[in-house]
Amino acid sequence: MSLSASSEAAATPGAPGVLDAIEGAIGQTVAIIGHEARKLSHDPSELLLRAVQPALWLVVFGSVFTSIHAIPTGSYSYLQFLTPGILAQSVLFIAIFYGIASIRERELGIITKFLVSPTPRAVLVGGRALSASMRGLSQAVIVVVLATALGVRLNTDPLAIVGIVVAIVLGSALFSTLSMIIASLVKTQERFLGIGQLLTMPLFFASNAIYPLSLMPSWLRPITLANPLTYLVDALRGLMLPGYSGVFPVGVDLAVLFAVTVVLVLAESRLYPRMAQ
Amino acid sequence: MGSTSPAPVLETHELTRKFGELTAVDRLTLSVRPAEVFGLLGPNGAGKTTTLKMLTTLLPPSSGTATVAGYDIVRQPARVRRSIGYVPQLISADAQVSGYENLWVFARLYRIPADERDRRIREALDFMGLSVVADELVKNYSGGMIRRLEIAQTLMHRPRVLFMDEPTVGLDPLARDAVWEQLGRLTTHFGTSVVLTTHYMEEAERLCERLAILHRGRMVALGTPAELKASLGRPGATLEEVFAHYAGAEIETTGSYRETGRTRRVAVRLE
Ligand SMILES: Nc1ncnc2c1ncn2[C@@H]1O[C@H](COP(=O)(O)OP(=O)(O)OP(=O)(O)O)[C@@H](O)[C@H]1O
Ligand SMILES: [Mg+2]
Repeated sequence: MSLSASSEAAATPGAPGVLDAIEGAIGQTVAIIGHEARKLSHDPSELLLRAVQPALWLVVFGSVFTSIHAIPTGSYSYLQFLTPGILAQSVLFIAIFYGIASIRERELGIITKFLVSPTPRAVLVGGRALSASMRGLSQAVIVVVLATALGVRLNTDPLAIVGIVVAIVLGSALFSTLSMIIASLVKTQERFLGIGQLLTMPLFFASNAIYPLSLMPSWLRPITLANPLTYLVDALRGLMLPGYSGVFPVGVDLAVLFAVTVVLVLAESRLYPRMAQ
Repeated sequence: MGSTSPAPVLETHELTRKFGELTAVDRLTLSVRPAEVFGLLGPNGAGKTTTLKMLTTLLPPSSGTATVAGYDIVRQPARVRRSIGYVPQLISADAQVSGYENLWVFARLYRIPADERDRRIREALDFMGLSVVADELVKNYSGGMIRRLEIAQTLMHRPRVLFMDEPTVGLDPLARDAVWEQLGRLTTHFGTSVVLTTHYMEEAERLCERLAILHRGRMVALGTPAELKASLGRPGATLEEVFAHYAGAEIETTGSYRETGRTRRVAVRLE
């Protein structure tokens, strides 16, 4: 068997125009997302294991605090108020350890192979960030099903559902890129896991995930407003709870998440090539 | 250069890389011809991998220049990347997906047109003798199959230069022979040049038209295996003796602790 005659032109795109570059970047992003999807499809066990934690939060924590009425959440039941918070939390938890994959790929030669391909660095990082949302969305399905089973009433209008998907994609991309940045900086699994654990709890508790901002001590509020998780929770609450008006309009929440994600992706595009040096 | 010899496909001029105080590659000047198999030899820490990382645009040089397929590695990295393939020293295939899927992602990253993609993937797998196991997960592959898969990953876009870092390390003799045979077919088929590093003298002698011996970042010898053996000035000299003459004599007197530490770290990483 022999390979067909060399045709470099077929592999090297012709006119180096802006349109060609965009077309190329989209195709390469699809390649990375497709590759990650295949990895998940060969071993989906992680997704199911990850669902245990949000389930416990909803069933145990949510039910107890709903029945004792300890946290005032206006006209919404506490469980209703909590559901978007737990969804945001599970998006955070599954994304924040995503960088461990880059560390494993660095310990082998896999990163090298991707960096030697003619793929722009921002596409390599952005593609990975978007891939992370597949995990986030799988968590969303589980949380929503569970909450509905617990009798929580959620928005079902199609526009809201589109908004929820957008919010989860942005949130997953944001925290997974943050995770990849940490991985690029610390480079070893031990240090990465340490920092990941150190970071998760403050991000979670210094946010509006399990209690309204109005209950927080005044010194904590500025920190909460600097925490991207707050904007994800606020967007999800605005989208999932019928008639809920959040701290900010949903559009503002999504714009903040998008802007932070872009900045993080650009930063990681500079750091990522160091993983192969 | 004579009028019959074709323009080199790779040229370096005083290529240098420093890590702090250490000069890992020291003013390397060499050239590689189309369809040539060129070997880089040298003890652990000689600077072989560092040289390949610079030539594949992964690591910027501290000084000096190099062109690959006519493109400057610093000023035109994207063009260089389109023209080369790289099989790194460590495992670079993805164990979690199948052989076919390992090729699919690179077919797309290299922008092989959609209507050709499947054919190129199957051809490359076939060329490397992997068609039968194409749909099996790579975690079930043997070491030799993984190495051949990694080479297949670099064939679809028809690289002008293929860089291979210790391509047969850890392979049994049969698997090693298979890799050697397929490498030979690659150069005759496509005129691909191969730049490889190796610790095996037998491999250097069988595969490489010319060899460069590196020692502590410097090129201490360059020539065909026959020329290098003749340079020792005694009949019947082996390539092992050439290596010991140019690079080996000093090994015991230099800081071998550092090198041992490094080699062990590599071993730990592979566990
Ligand atoms: N990223 C780095 N930072 C600091 N020093 C480095 C780095 N990479 C390589 N070195 C050093 O540069 C020298 C050359 O290393 P290199 O990996 O190029 O050697 P090599 O010839 O490939 O060795 P081996 O046969 O063990 O693979 C070594 O002393 C090594 O410790
Ligand atoms: Mg090496």
